[in-house]
Amino acid sequence: MKAKTIDRIMTGVIVGVTILIIAVLAGLIGYLLVRGLRHISFDFLFSPPQTIRAGGGIGPQLFNSLFLLVLTMIITIPLGLGAGIYMSEYAKPNRLTAFIRLIVEVLSSFPSIVVGLFGLLVIVNKFGLGFSLFSGAMALTVFNLPLMVRITEQSLRGVPREQKEAGLALGLSRWRTITSVLMPVAIPSIVTGTILAAGRVFGEAAALLFTAGMSSPRLNFSDWNPLHHTSPLNPFRPAETLAVHIWKINSEGLAPDAAQIAAGASAVLVITVLLFNLGARWLGRVLYRKLTASK
Amino acid sequence: MSTVATQHAFYSKDLSVYYGDKQAVKKISMDFPDRQVVALIGPSGCGKSTFLRSLNRMNDLIPGARIEGEVWINDQNICDPRTDVVRLRQKIGMVWQRPNPFHKSIYENIAFGARYHGIKDRKALDGIVEEALRKTALWDEVKDRLNQSALALSGGQQQRLCIARSVAVRPSILLMDEPASALDPVSTAKIEELIAELKKEYSIVIVTHNMHQAARVSDRTAFFFLGDLVEYDDTRTIFTNPSRKSTDDYISGRFG
Repeated sequence: MKAKTIDRIMTGVIVGVTILIIAVLAGLIGYLLVRGLRHISFDFLFSPPQTIRAGGGIGPQLFNSLFLLVLTMIITIPLGLGAGIYMSEYAKPNRLTAFIRLIVEVLSSFPSIVVGLFGLLVIVNKFGLGFSLFSGAMALTVFNLPLMVRITEQSLRGVPREQKEAGLALGLSRWRTITSVLMPVAIPSIVTGTILAAGRVFGEAAALLFTAGMSSPRLNFSDWNPLHHTSPLNPFRPAETLAVHIWKINSEGLAPDAAQIAAGASAVLVITVLLFNLGARWLGRVLYRKLTASK
Repeated sequence: MSTVATQHAFYSKDLSVYYGDKQAVKKISMDFPDRQVVALIGPSGCGKSTFLRSLNRMNDLIPGARIEGEVWINDQNICDPRTDVVRLRQKIGMVWQRPNPFHKSIYENIAFGARYHGIKDRKALDGIVEEALRKTALWDEVKDRLNQSALALSGGQQQRLCIARSVAVRPSILLMDEPASALDPVSTAKIEELIAELKKEYSIVIVTHNMHQAARVSDRTAFFFLGDLVEYDDTRTIFTNPSRKSTDDYISGRFG
Protein backbone atom coordinates (compact mmCIF):
# COMPACT_ATOMS: atom_id res chain seq x y z
CA MET A 1 0.00 0.00 0.00
CA LYS A 2 2.65 2.48 1.07
CA ALA A 3 5.17 1.27 -1.50
CA LYS A 4 2.50 1.67 -4.13
CA THR A 5 1.82 5.27 -3.14
CA ILE A 6 5.49 6.15 -3.23
CA ASP A 7 5.78 4.48 -6.59
CA ARG A 8 2.89 6.55 -7.91
CA ILE A 9 4.34 9.81 -6.55
CA MET A 10 7.79 9.14 -7.99
CA THR A 11 6.31 8.23 -11.37
CA GLY A 12 4.46 11.52 -11.28
CA VAL A 13 7.64 13.43 -10.44
CA ILE A 14 9.60 11.80 -13.25
CA VAL A 15 6.85 12.43 -15.79
CA GLY A 16 6.66 16.03 -14.57
CA VAL A 17 10.39 16.59 -14.97
CA THR A 18 10.30 15.09 -18.44
CA ILE A 19 7.42 17.34 -19.49
CA LEU A 20 9.27 20.35 -18.10
CA ILE A 21 12.38 19.56 -20.14
CA ILE A 22 10.38 19.02 -23.30
CA ALA A 23 8.51 22.28 -22.67
CA VAL A 24 11.75 24.25 -22.24
CA LEU A 25 13.21 22.72 -25.38
CA ALA A 26 10.07 23.18 -27.45
CA GLY A 27 9.76 26.75 -26.20
CA LEU A 28 13.34 27.56 -27.10
CA ILE A 29 13.24 26.07 -30.57
CA GLY A 30 9.76 27.46 -31.16
CA TYR A 31 10.84 30.95 -30.16
CA LEU A 32 13.91 30.85 -32.41
CA LEU A 33 11.94 29.52 -35.35
CA VAL A 34 8.97 31.84 -34.97
CA ARG A 35 11.25 34.85 -34.78
CA GLY A 36 13.72 33.68 -37.38
CA LEU A 37 11.83 31.77 -40.05
CA ARG A 38 10.06 34.89 -41.32
CA HIS A 39 13.41 36.36 -42.21
CA ILE A 40 14.83 33.35 -44.03
CA SER A 41 14.67 33.53 -47.77
CA PHE A 42 16.76 32.37 -50.69
CA ASP A 43 18.31 35.80 -50.85
CA PHE A 44 19.08 35.86 -47.14
CA LEU A 45 20.85 32.50 -47.30
CA PHE A 46 23.05 33.31 -50.26
CA SER A 47 23.76 37.02 -50.39
CA PRO A 48 26.64 38.77 -48.58
CA PRO A 49 25.97 40.87 -45.47
CA GLN A 50 25.54 44.66 -45.53
CA THR A 51 27.31 46.87 -43.05
CA ILE A 52 25.02 49.85 -42.80
CA ARG A 53 22.05 49.24 -45.07
CA ALA A 54 19.26 46.77 -44.44
CA GLY A 55 18.76 43.58 -46.44
CA GLY A 56 22.10 41.89 -45.87
CA GLY A 57 22.41 38.11 -46.04
CA ILE A 58 24.53 35.43 -44.44
CA GLY A 59 25.86 33.65 -47.53
CA PRO A 60 29.61 33.82 -46.83
CA GLN A 61 29.10 33.07 -43.14
CA LEU A 62 27.08 29.96 -43.88
CA PHE A 63 29.70 28.82 -46.34
CA ASN A 64 32.50 29.56 -43.84
CA SER A 65 30.79 27.54 -41.13
CA LEU A 66 30.40 24.53 -43.40
CA PHE A 67 33.92 24.82 -44.82
CA LEU A 68 35.42 25.19 -41.36
CA LEU A 69 33.50 22.13 -40.24
CA VAL A 70 34.91 20.11 -43.14
CA LEU A 71 38.44 21.33 -42.40
CA THR A 72 38.11 20.48 -38.72
CA MET A 73 36.80 17.04 -39.52
CA ILE A 74 39.62 16.37 -41.97
CA ILE A 75 42.04 16.98 -39.11
CA THR A 76 40.00 15.40 -36.34
CA ILE A 77 38.66 12.19 -37.81
CA PRO A 78 41.94 10.41 -38.68
CA LEU A 79 43.61 11.51 -35.44
CA GLY A 80 40.57 10.68 -33.32
CA LEU A 81 40.04 7.29 -34.94
CA GLY A 82 43.70 6.40 -34.55
CA ALA A 83 43.92 7.42 -30.91
CA GLY A 84 40.54 5.85 -30.12
CA ILE A 85 41.55 2.55 -31.66
CA TYR A 86 44.81 2.67 -29.75
CA MET A 87 43.12 3.43 -26.44
CA SER A 88 40.58 0.68 -26.79
CA GLU A 89 42.56 -2.09 -28.47
CA TYR A 90 46.26 -1.61 -27.90
CA ALA A 91 46.86 0.43 -24.75
CA LYS A 92 47.57 -1.69 -21.71
CA PRO A 93 45.56 -0.76 -18.64
CA ASN A 94 48.14 1.03 -16.52
CA ARG A 95 48.73 4.40 -14.91
CA LEU A 96 49.90 6.06 -18.10
CA THR A 97 46.76 5.18 -20.05
CA ALA A 98 44.61 6.17 -17.09
CA PHE A 99 46.41 9.51 -17.08
CA ILE A 100 45.94 9.96 -20.83
CA ARG A 101 42.25 9.20 -20.41
CA LEU A 102 42.02 11.82 -17.68
CA ILE A 103 43.68 14.41 -19.90
CA VAL A 104 41.30 13.59 -22.72
CA GLU A 105 38.37 14.13 -20.37
CA VAL A 106 39.72 17.43 -19.11
CA LEU A 107 40.48 18.64 -22.61
CA SER A 108 36.97 17.92 -23.81
CA SER A 109 35.45 19.97 -21.02
CA PHE A 110 37.76 22.96 -21.51
CA PRO A 111 35.97 26.31 -21.71
CA SER A 112 35.97 27.21 -25.38
CA ILE A 113 37.02 30.83 -24.78
CA VAL A 114 40.20 29.51 -23.18
CA VAL A 115 40.82 27.33 -26.19
CA GLY A 116 40.28 30.44 -28.30
CA LEU A 117 42.89 32.40 -26.37
CA PHE A 118 45.29 29.49 -26.58
CA GLY A 119 44.69 29.46 -30.33
CA LEU A 120 45.38 33.20 -30.54
CA LEU A 121 48.64 32.97 -28.62
CA VAL A 122 50.03 29.78 -30.08
CA ILE A 123 48.48 29.10 -33.46
CA VAL A 124 47.75 32.61 -34.69
CA ASN A 125 50.75 34.49 -33.27
CA LYS A 126 53.47 32.00 -32.43
CA PHE A 127 53.04 29.84 -35.51
CA GLY A 128 52.19 32.91 -37.54
CA LEU A 129 49.16 31.40 -39.18
CA GLY A 130 47.16 34.57 -38.59
CA PHE A 131 43.40 34.80 -38.38
CA SER A 132 42.48 32.02 -40.75
CA LEU A 133 40.17 29.10 -41.29
CA PHE A 134 43.11 26.84 -40.65
CA SER A 135 43.80 28.42 -37.25
CA GLY A 136 40.12 28.10 -36.45
CA ALA A 137 40.13 24.45 -37.46
CA MET A 138 43.13 23.81 -35.22
CA ALA A 139 41.43 25.47 -32.26
CA LEU A 140 38.25 23.50 -32.85
CA THR A 141 40.35 20.36 -33.09
CA VAL A 142 41.61 20.98 -29.56
CA PHE A 143 38.23 20.28 -28.08
CA ASN A 144 36.74 18.16 -30.80
CA LEU A 145 39.58 15.66 -30.79
CA PRO A 146 39.05 14.39 -27.23
CA LEU A 147 35.40 13.87 -28.02
CA MET A 148 36.33 11.95 -31.14
CA VAL A 149 38.80 9.77 -29.23
CA ARG A 150 36.21 8.96 -26.62
CA ILE A 151 33.50 8.21 -29.16
CA THR A 152 35.79 5.82 -31.01
CA GLU A 153 37.08 4.16 -27.88
CA GLN A 154 33.64 3.65 -26.39
CA SER A 155 32.12 2.44 -29.64
CA LEU A 156 34.83 -0.18 -29.97
CA ARG A 157 34.52 -1.19 -26.34
CA GLY A 158 30.80 -1.61 -26.88
CA VAL A 159 31.43 -4.45 -29.29
CA PRO A 160 31.04 -7.76 -27.41
CA ARG A 161 34.36 -9.33 -26.48
CA GLU A 162 33.36 -12.58 -28.16
CA GLN A 163 33.36 -10.81 -31.52
CA LYS A 164 37.00 -9.91 -31.10
CA GLU A 165 37.89 -13.39 -29.86
CA ALA A 166 36.05 -14.96 -32.79
CA GLY A 167 38.12 -12.92 -35.22
CA LEU A 168 41.40 -13.76 -33.51
CA ALA A 169 40.48 -17.42 -33.13
CA LEU A 170 39.99 -17.62 -36.88
CA GLY A 171 43.62 -16.68 -37.28
CA LEU A 172 43.04 -13.06 -38.24
CA SER A 173 45.71 -10.57 -37.30
CA ARG A 174 44.85 -8.06 -34.65
CA TRP A 175 44.65 -5.22 -37.15
CA ARG A 176 42.39 -7.20 -39.46
CA THR A 177 40.16 -8.17 -36.55
CA ILE A 178 39.78 -4.49 -35.73
CA THR A 179 39.09 -3.34 -39.26
CA SER A 180 36.91 -6.20 -40.46
CA VAL A 181 35.17 -7.50 -37.37
CA LEU A 182 35.02 -4.72 -34.78
CA MET A 183 34.76 -1.64 -36.98
CA PRO A 184 31.66 -2.69 -38.95
CA VAL A 185 29.86 -3.15 -35.64
CA ALA A 186 31.23 0.05 -34.12
CA ILE A 187 30.99 2.36 -37.12
CA PRO A 188 27.32 3.32 -36.82
CA SER A 189 27.86 4.69 -33.32
CA ILE A 190 31.17 6.29 -34.35
CA VAL A 191 29.44 8.04 -37.22
CA THR A 192 26.53 9.13 -35.06
CA GLY A 193 28.88 10.43 -32.39
CA THR A 194 31.04 12.22 -34.95
CA ILE A 195 28.11 14.04 -36.49
CA LEU A 196 26.81 15.05 -33.09
CA ALA A 197 30.27 16.41 -32.27
CA ALA A 198 30.15 18.19 -35.62
CA GLY A 199 27.00 19.95 -34.46
CA ARG A 200 28.96 21.42 -31.58
CA VAL A 201 31.74 22.57 -33.90
CA PHE A 202 29.19 24.14 -36.19
CA GLY A 203 27.68 26.21 -33.40
CA GLU A 204 30.95 27.20 -31.77
CA ALA A 205 31.71 30.92 -31.54
CA ALA A 206 33.97 31.69 -28.61
CA ALA A 207 36.93 29.60 -29.76
CA LEU A 208 36.76 31.19 -33.20
CA LEU A 209 36.67 34.87 -32.25
CA PHE A 210 40.44 35.04 -31.93
CA THR A 211 41.41 32.29 -34.36
CA ALA A 212 39.27 32.31 -37.50
CA GLY A 213 38.65 35.99 -37.02
CA MET A 214 35.58 38.20 -37.19
CA SER A 215 35.65 39.26 -40.79
CA SER A 216 35.84 37.76 -44.23
CA PRO A 217 37.60 39.16 -47.24
CA ARG A 218 35.26 39.85 -50.14
CA LEU A 219 34.85 36.35 -51.50
CA ASN A 220 34.70 35.61 -55.17
CA PHE A 221 32.42 32.60 -55.45
CA SER A 222 33.45 31.97 -59.04
CA ASP A 223 37.10 31.41 -58.09
CA TRP A 224 37.63 27.92 -56.65
CA ASN A 225 41.41 27.89 -56.67
CA PRO A 226 42.32 27.31 -53.00
CA LEU A 227 45.53 29.32 -53.42
CA HIS A 228 43.86 32.59 -54.42
CA HIS A 229 43.30 35.09 -51.69
CA THR A 230 39.66 35.78 -52.46
CA SER A 231 38.78 32.17 -53.21
CA PRO A 232 36.23 30.71 -50.79
CA LEU A 233 38.31 27.53 -50.63
CA ASN A 234 41.48 29.24 -49.43
CA PRO A 235 42.04 27.78 -45.94
CA PHE A 236 44.45 30.54 -44.93
CA ARG A 237 42.04 33.43 -45.23
CA PRO A 238 40.19 34.89 -42.27
CA ALA A 239 36.62 33.74 -42.03
CA GLU A 240 33.68 34.78 -39.93
CA THR A 241 31.36 31.87 -39.21
CA LEU A 242 27.63 31.96 -38.72
CA ALA A 243 27.82 31.70 -34.94
CA VAL A 244 30.43 34.45 -34.75
CA HIS A 245 28.33 36.57 -37.11
CA ILE A 246 25.33 36.25 -34.81
CA TRP A 247 27.42 37.34 -31.87
CA LYS A 248 28.95 40.25 -33.76
CA ILE A 249 25.80 41.58 -35.34
CA ASN A 250 23.99 41.40 -32.02
CA SER A 251 26.67 43.30 -30.16
CA GLU A 252 27.88 45.81 -32.71
CA GLY A 253 25.69 45.48 -35.80
CA LEU A 254 25.02 48.80 -37.52
CA ALA A 255 22.45 47.64 -40.04
CA PRO A 256 18.90 48.72 -39.16
CA ASP A 257 17.65 45.14 -39.49
CA ALA A 258 20.43 43.66 -37.30
CA ALA A 259 17.98 42.06 -34.88
CA GLN A 260 16.10 40.31 -37.67
CA ILE A 261 19.33 39.14 -39.27
CA ALA A 262 20.49 37.71 -35.95
CA ALA A 263 17.14 35.98 -35.51
CA GLY A 264 17.22 34.55 -39.00
CA ALA A 265 20.81 33.41 -38.66
CA SER A 266 20.01 31.78 -35.31
CA ALA A 267 17.15 29.87 -36.89
CA VAL A 268 19.42 28.73 -39.71
CA LEU A 269 21.99 27.58 -37.16
CA VAL A 270 19.46 25.63 -35.13
CA ILE A 271 17.90 24.05 -38.19
CA THR A 272 21.31 22.97 -39.49
CA VAL A 273 22.28 21.39 -36.18
CA LEU A 274 18.89 19.67 -36.11
CA LEU A 275 19.52 18.34 -39.60
CA PHE A 276 22.92 17.07 -38.45
CA ASN A 277 21.25 15.15 -35.66
CA LEU A 278 18.62 13.58 -37.87
CA GLY A 279 21.21 12.88 -40.55
CA ALA A 280 23.44 11.19 -37.96
CA ARG A 281 20.74 8.74 -36.97
CA TRP A 282 19.82 8.00 -40.54
CA LEU A 283 23.41 7.53 -41.70
CA GLY A 284 24.21 5.33 -38.70
CA ARG A 285 21.32 3.03 -39.56
CA VAL A 286 22.12 2.89 -43.26
CA LEU A 287 25.80 2.15 -42.62
CA TYR A 288 24.99 -0.61 -40.17
CA ARG A 289 22.69 -2.23 -42.73
CA LYS A 290 25.25 -1.94 -45.49
CA LEU A 291 28.11 -3.31 -43.43
CA THR A 292 26.28 -6.14 -41.73
CA ALA A 293 23.82 -7.27 -44.39
CA SER A 294 20.95 -6.92 -41.93
CA LYS A 295 17.58 -5.60 -42.95
CA MET B 1 44.42 -45.78 -17.00
CA SER B 2 43.19 -47.74 -19.93
CA THR B 3 45.25 -47.84 -23.05
CA VAL B 4 44.47 -45.66 -26.01
CA ALA B 5 45.58 -47.11 -29.29
CA THR B 6 45.32 -43.88 -31.32
CA GLN B 7 48.25 -41.50 -31.34
CA HIS B 8 47.86 -38.15 -29.73
CA ALA B 9 47.02 -35.04 -31.67
CA PHE B 10 48.58 -32.77 -29.09
CA TYR B 11 49.46 -32.72 -25.42
CA SER B 12 50.14 -30.36 -22.55
CA LYS B 13 53.00 -30.71 -20.13
CA ASP B 14 52.89 -29.11 -16.68
CA LEU B 15 50.66 -26.34 -17.96
CA SER B 16 49.87 -23.67 -15.36
CA VAL B 17 47.88 -20.50 -15.84
CA TYR B 18 47.97 -17.59 -13.43
CA TYR B 19 45.65 -14.62 -13.19
CA GLY B 20 47.85 -12.20 -11.32
CA ASP B 21 48.89 -14.11 -8.21
CA LYS B 22 46.09 -16.62 -8.40
CA GLN B 23 46.92 -19.94 -10.00
CA ALA B 24 43.85 -20.99 -11.97
CA VAL B 25 45.33 -24.06 -13.63
CA LYS B 26 47.91 -26.18 -11.82
CA LYS B 27 50.58 -28.07 -13.72
CA ILE B 28 48.32 -30.03 -15.97
CA SER B 29 49.69 -32.72 -18.24
CA MET B 30 47.17 -34.22 -20.61
CA ASP B 31 47.30 -35.83 -23.99
CA PHE B 32 44.57 -35.45 -26.54
CA PRO B 33 44.05 -38.38 -28.89
CA ASP B 34 43.79 -37.70 -32.59
CA ARG B 35 40.20 -37.40 -33.82
CA GLN B 36 38.53 -38.08 -30.55
CA VAL B 37 36.34 -35.99 -28.32
CA VAL B 38 37.73 -35.06 -24.93
CA ALA B 39 35.30 -33.58 -22.42
CA LEU B 40 36.49 -31.30 -19.63
CA ILE B 41 34.10 -31.35 -16.68
CA GLY B 42 34.15 -29.87 -13.21
CA PRO B 43 32.41 -27.24 -11.09
CA SER B 44 32.48 -23.56 -12.08
CA GLY B 45 35.83 -21.95 -11.45
CA CYS B 46 37.73 -25.23 -11.59
CA GLY B 47 39.98 -23.99 -14.39
CA LYS B 48 38.62 -26.04 -17.26
CA SER B 49 37.70 -23.07 -19.46
CA THR B 50 40.98 -21.37 -18.64
CA PHE B 51 42.81 -24.53 -19.62
CA LEU B 52 40.83 -24.74 -22.86
CA ARG B 53 41.57 -21.12 -23.70
CA SER B 54 45.29 -21.61 -23.22
CA LEU B 55 45.29 -24.25 -25.96
CA ASN B 56 44.96 -21.51 -28.60
CA ARG B 57 46.59 -18.76 -26.53
CA MET B 58 43.27 -16.98 -26.14
CA ASN B 59 44.25 -16.11 -22.59
CA ASP B 60 46.77 -13.69 -24.06
CA LEU B 61 43.88 -11.27 -24.34
CA ILE B 62 43.25 -11.22 -20.62
CA PRO B 63 45.40 -8.62 -18.85
CA GLY B 64 47.45 -10.19 -16.10
CA ALA B 65 47.12 -13.77 -17.37
CA ARG B 66 50.37 -15.72 -17.51
CA ILE B 67 51.13 -19.21 -18.75
CA GLU B 68 53.83 -21.62 -17.64
CA GLY B 69 54.53 -25.04 -19.05
CA GLU B 70 54.19 -26.42 -22.53
CA VAL B 71 51.57 -27.38 -25.07
CA TRP B 72 52.92 -29.36 -27.99
CA ILE B 73 51.09 -29.36 -31.28
CA ASN B 74 52.89 -30.80 -34.30
CA ASP B 75 56.33 -30.60 -32.69
CA GLN B 76 55.76 -27.00 -31.76
CA ASN B 77 55.48 -25.67 -28.24
CA ILE B 78 52.73 -23.11 -28.65
CA CYS B 79 53.41 -21.55 -25.24
CA ASP B 80 56.72 -20.32 -26.56
CA PRO B 81 56.50 -16.53 -26.79
CA ARG B 82 57.96 -16.68 -30.28
CA THR B 83 55.00 -18.69 -31.55
CA ASP B 84 53.10 -17.00 -34.35
CA VAL B 85 49.70 -17.01 -32.65
CA VAL B 86 47.92 -15.82 -35.77
CA ARG B 87 49.04 -18.88 -37.69
CA LEU B 88 48.50 -21.13 -34.68
CA ARG B 89 44.90 -20.07 -34.27
CA GLN B 90 44.15 -20.85 -37.86
CA LYS B 91 44.88 -24.49 -37.03
CA ILE B 92 42.64 -24.45 -33.96
CA GLY B 93 38.98 -23.59 -34.28
CA MET B 94 37.02 -22.28 -31.34
CA VAL B 95 33.34 -22.17 -30.41
CA TRP B 96 31.97 -20.15 -27.52
CA GLN B 97 29.13 -20.56 -25.08
CA ARG B 98 27.07 -17.78 -26.59
CA PRO B 99 26.80 -17.93 -30.38
CA ASN B 100 28.89 -15.05 -31.73
CA PRO B 101 28.48 -14.87 -35.49
CA PHE B 102 30.03 -11.82 -37.10
CA HIS B 103 27.62 -9.02 -37.88
CA LYS B 104 27.78 -9.99 -41.53
CA SER B 105 25.79 -12.09 -43.96
CA ILE B 106 25.65 -15.85 -43.53
CA TYR B 107 27.87 -16.24 -46.58
CA GLU B 108 30.42 -13.69 -45.35
CA ASN B 109 30.61 -15.28 -41.92
CA ILE B 110 32.12 -18.34 -43.52
CA ALA B 111 33.86 -16.94 -46.59
CA PHE B 112 35.58 -14.19 -44.63
CA GLY B 113 38.17 -16.37 -42.89
CA ALA B 114 38.96 -18.38 -46.00
CA ARG B 115 39.37 -15.23 -48.07
CA TYR B 116 41.67 -13.75 -45.47
CA HIS B 117 43.80 -16.86 -45.64
CA GLY B 118 44.31 -16.43 -49.34
CA ILE B 119 41.39 -17.91 -51.25
CA LYS B 120 40.12 -15.19 -53.56
CA ASP B 121 38.37 -17.17 -56.27
CA ARG B 122 34.62 -16.71 -56.02
CA LYS B 123 33.85 -20.28 -57.14
CA ALA B 124 36.26 -21.76 -54.62
CA LEU B 125 34.75 -19.62 -51.88
CA ASP B 126 31.24 -20.71 -52.87
CA GLY B 127 32.44 -24.29 -52.58
CA ILE B 128 33.98 -23.71 -49.14
CA VAL B 129 30.82 -22.03 -47.87
CA GLU B 130 28.61 -24.85 -49.10
CA GLU B 131 30.92 -27.54 -47.74
CA ALA B 132 31.12 -25.92 -44.32
CA LEU B 133 27.36 -25.44 -44.17
CA ARG B 134 26.71 -29.01 -45.25
CA LYS B 135 29.14 -30.34 -42.64
CA THR B 136 27.21 -28.49 -39.97
CA ALA B 137 23.83 -29.59 -41.38
CA LEU B 138 22.88 -25.99 -41.99
CA TRP B 139 22.91 -25.89 -45.78
CA ASP B 140 19.29 -26.89 -46.35
CA GLU B 141 18.10 -24.40 -43.78
CA VAL B 142 19.96 -21.37 -45.10
CA LYS B 143 20.88 -21.98 -48.74
CA ASP B 144 18.18 -19.60 -49.98
CA ARG B 145 19.22 -16.73 -47.78
CA LEU B 146 22.99 -16.75 -47.76
CA ASN B 147 23.12 -12.99 -48.19
CA GLN B 148 20.95 -12.24 -45.21
CA SER B 149 22.35 -11.29 -41.85
CA ALA B 150 23.59 -14.14 -39.69
CA LEU B 151 21.98 -12.40 -36.74
CA ALA B 152 18.53 -13.25 -38.10
CA LEU B 153 19.17 -16.97 -37.50
CA SER B 154 17.95 -18.76 -34.37
CA GLY B 155 20.40 -19.33 -31.52
CA GLY B 156 20.96 -22.96 -32.46
CA GLN B 157 21.50 -22.09 -36.11
CA GLN B 158 23.88 -19.30 -35.13
CA GLN B 159 25.91 -21.74 -33.08
CA ARG B 160 26.13 -24.20 -35.96
CA LEU B 161 27.13 -21.30 -38.20
CA CYS B 162 29.93 -20.48 -35.76
CA ILE B 163 31.11 -24.09 -35.98
CA ALA B 164 30.90 -23.88 -39.78
CA ARG B 165 32.92 -20.67 -39.64
CA SER B 166 35.77 -22.35 -37.74
CA VAL B 167 35.64 -25.44 -39.92
CA ALA B 168 35.95 -23.35 -43.08
CA VAL B 169 39.54 -22.33 -42.36
CA ARG B 170 40.46 -26.03 -42.12
CA PRO B 171 41.71 -26.42 -38.58
CA SER B 172 42.76 -29.79 -37.17
CA ILE B 173 41.54 -29.11 -33.65
CA LEU B 174 38.23 -27.71 -32.43
CA LEU B 175 37.87 -26.18 -28.97
CA MET B 176 34.33 -25.83 -27.67
CA ASP B 177 33.53 -23.88 -24.53
CA GLU B 178 30.09 -25.04 -23.40
CA PRO B 179 28.80 -24.88 -26.96
CA ALA B 180 25.25 -25.93 -26.13
CA SER B 181 24.60 -24.47 -22.71
CA ALA B 182 22.78 -21.43 -24.09
CA LEU B 183 20.59 -23.50 -26.43
CA ASP B 184 17.26 -25.31 -26.20
CA PRO B 185 17.18 -29.14 -26.06
CA VAL B 186 16.48 -29.61 -29.77
CA SER B 187 19.39 -27.38 -30.80
CA THR B 188 21.55 -29.06 -28.18
CA ALA B 189 20.80 -32.46 -29.70
CA LYS B 190 21.76 -31.12 -33.13
CA ILE B 191 25.06 -29.79 -31.81
CA GLU B 192 25.79 -33.13 -30.18
CA GLU B 193 25.04 -35.00 -33.41
CA LEU B 194 27.31 -32.58 -35.15
CA ILE B 195 30.15 -33.23 -32.71
CA ALA B 196 29.84 -36.96 -33.34
CA GLU B 197 30.07 -36.25 -37.06
CA LEU B 198 32.95 -33.75 -36.80
CA LYS B 199 35.23 -36.00 -34.80
CA LYS B 200 35.82 -38.04 -37.94
CA GLU B 201 37.96 -35.15 -39.11
CA TYR B 202 38.90 -33.10 -36.06
CA SER B 203 40.25 -33.60 -32.58
CA ILE B 204 37.70 -31.96 -30.34
CA VAL B 205 37.98 -30.62 -26.80
CA ILE B 206 34.70 -29.66 -25.20
CA VAL B 207 34.05 -27.96 -21.89
CA THR B 208 30.64 -28.79 -20.50
CA HIS B 209 28.62 -28.48 -17.33
CA ASN B 210 26.20 -31.08 -18.55
CA MET B 211 27.31 -34.50 -17.35
CA HIS B 212 24.95 -36.33 -19.65
CA GLN B 213 26.36 -34.41 -22.55
CA ALA B 214 29.90 -35.36 -21.59
CA ALA B 215 28.83 -39.00 -21.34
CA ARG B 216 27.05 -38.86 -24.71
CA VAL B 217 29.56 -37.08 -26.89
CA SER B 218 33.03 -37.73 -25.54
CA ASP B 219 35.51 -40.56 -25.82
CA ARG B 220 37.58 -39.43 -22.89
CA THR B 221 36.69 -37.25 -19.94
CA ALA B 222 38.84 -35.14 -17.65
CA PHE B 223 37.58 -34.06 -14.26
CA PHE B 224 38.96 -30.72 -13.06
CA PHE B 225 38.71 -29.47 -9.51
CA LEU B 226 40.22 -26.28 -8.08
CA GLY B 227 42.69 -26.03 -10.92
CA ASP B 228 43.87 -29.62 -10.63
CA LEU B 229 43.29 -32.42 -13.05
CA VAL B 230 41.78 -34.98 -10.69
CA GLU B 231 41.13 -37.78 -13.10
CA TYR B 232 41.40 -38.35 -16.84
CA ASP B 233 40.26 -41.57 -18.43
CA ASP B 234 37.92 -43.18 -20.91
CA THR B 235 34.50 -41.58 -20.57
CA ARG B 236 32.94 -44.93 -19.79
CA THR B 237 35.38 -45.55 -16.96
CA ILE B 238 34.89 -42.06 -15.51
CA PHE B 239 31.14 -42.41 -15.44
CA THR B 240 30.89 -46.04 -14.32
CA ASN B 241 33.99 -46.72 -12.32
CA PRO B 242 35.93 -43.60 -11.38
CA SER B 243 39.01 -44.21 -9.31
CA ARG B 244 38.80 -41.00 -7.26
CA LYS B 245 36.11 -40.34 -4.74
CA SER B 246 35.72 -36.68 -5.66
CA THR B 247 35.07 -37.63 -9.29
CA ASP B 248 32.38 -40.02 -8.15
CA ASP B 249 30.87 -37.35 -5.90
CA TYR B 250 30.79 -34.82 -8.72
CA ILE B 251 29.29 -37.01 -11.43
CA SER B 252 26.66 -38.34 -9.07
CA GLY B 253 25.72 -34.77 -8.15
CA ARG B 254 26.82 -34.73 -4.53
CA PHE B 255 28.59 -31.40 -5.02
CA GLY B 256 29.38 -28.79 -7.62
